[in-house]
Amino acid sequence: MTATAIRIQESPLDPAAALLDHTLPAGEPYLLAIEQGQTLRIVDVEGNQAVDVIFYNRDDPAEHYSASETLLRQGGIYLTTGSVLYSDDGNPMLRIVADTCGRHDTLGGACAAESNTVRYALQKKFMHSCRDNYLTALQHADIGLGKRDLVPNINFFMNVPVTESGQLTFADGVSAPGKYVELRAEMNLWMLVSNCPQLNNPCNAYNPTPARFLLWDAPSQ
Amino acid sequence: MEHAELALNNPPATEPLDAPEHWRKFAPDLDVDNVLFSELIPGGGHWSYLLSRGVSLRLTALDAGANLALVLYSAREKLERYNQPDSLKAQHTAHYTRGHVLMSDMGRALASLTADSLGWHDPLGLLLDNRLLHEKFGDHPYQSFRNGMYRSGRDGLLIEIGKYGLSKRDLVAPVNFFSKVTVDDEGRFHFVPNHAQAGDYVDLRLDMDVLVAFSAAPHPLDPNPVYAPGKVGLAAWRSGPAPKDDFCRCFRPENARALHNSDMLYLA
Repeated sequence: MTATAIRIQESPLDPAAALLDHTLPAGEPYLLAIEQGQTLRIVDVEGNQAVDVIFYNRDDPAEHYSASETLLRQGGIYLTTGSVLYSDDGNPMLRIVADTCGRHDTLGGACAAESNTVRYALQKKFMHSCRDNYLTALQHADIGLGKRDLVPNINFFMNVPVTESGQLTFADGVSAPGKYVELRAEMNLWMLVSNCPQLNNPCNAYNPTPARFLLWDAPSQ
Repeated sequence: MEHAELALNNPPATEPLDAPEHWRKFAPDLDVDNVLFSELIPGGGHWSYLLSRGVSLRLTALDAGANLALVLYSAREKLERYNQPDSLKAQHTAHYTRGHVLMSDMGRALASLTADSLGWHDPLGLLLDNRLLHEKFGDHPYQSFRNGMYRSGRDGLLIEIGKYGLSKRDLVAPVNFFSKVTVDDEGRFHFVPNHAQAGDYVDLRLDMDVLVAFSAAPHPLDPNPVYAPGKVGLAAWRSGPAPKDDFCRCFRPENARALHNSDMLYLA
């Protein structure tokens, strides 16, 4: 099994050669089609921003990223260079090929109006949330995905350690301005993103900031 | 499971209901007037129930090392279902014991752990699928092994939720009752062997009308090279919904709010 200790790996890819370079403002949703073989880079532009992401197989959207399969196969909870993201059917969806942050969360999930009422106060229900972002993107795209498909997501750049005594803790970010993670797609994908708008806890250092997405085609053989 | 156990004769026509009071053996402290039914779940077996708010389940490990992977959906609106990340982060926990609440994605308490002899049930959501089942234990199909065939937890849960129109897209990360998995500083899993002993139990009170589905297949990290899932006893009884001074309600403010959100479904 792969240990999930921090593994820093820089990328040789040149942003000037990227076919897509998109900056997503704080608190916005994003849905992107990614082709098998393409490489995706997500940049934590200003540091300590949680980028909440779910991947789906674009050829069969019923197949989605599965935290259960991914964690079971690597034997641990954190994602970093070398981690393979598996689907619920056990197929590799993406592979992390570079990572200058070193640790990404798989357990913290995405914030929702409803979970904000539980975690903070009943009166927080009207604040913007990641799951509102997810639903907005899916309702507009009308691609057959809906609330049932909002499975446990990846929080890129977020640090949520589990202690030996079984506590879930929210530690200070290991990320910083300009840190990035790079993933190579192993199948045709939908990437569903919420650039987290949470203001009730320090996951964004109380200041949600932009995230940048770059995409490169597979190198020609 | 021995074949003989399932080779039952039909009951005589004068006593057509073969529903033995199993609970008297593994949960004799329950109040006879409030017990609703009980069941013996064979290792690897799976089942599901639609249950009302105010019903409680006693789950008892009948063999050491038993595991029960369990998922919950709102019976009223099955789009609402158990949400592992929401439950864990609301309670800042990576294990479940008495006081913890299993929350839905809609911020409501689906069920609460009102009693627990073990102190740790695994909420990390891992599930034995067919690939790992065959890698670890080989091929043990029905044709050769009849009802002693090896069953995966994932297929068991897919069968159960499929009975209610739910598909693999809807299968959520389960709670693995009776199992313990710790996480070290580098994030690696460590399965704790010999955690549950025969007789260990947990009480689960249903705080909404729910669909409960479960599989007693082994935990996927259980290092036992032999497929030997333990039996689990299940007894249901009328406990009533959570009172004002309920232990789980008072356990954390988050749990009070999740139970409040469930109460809001039952205003009349």
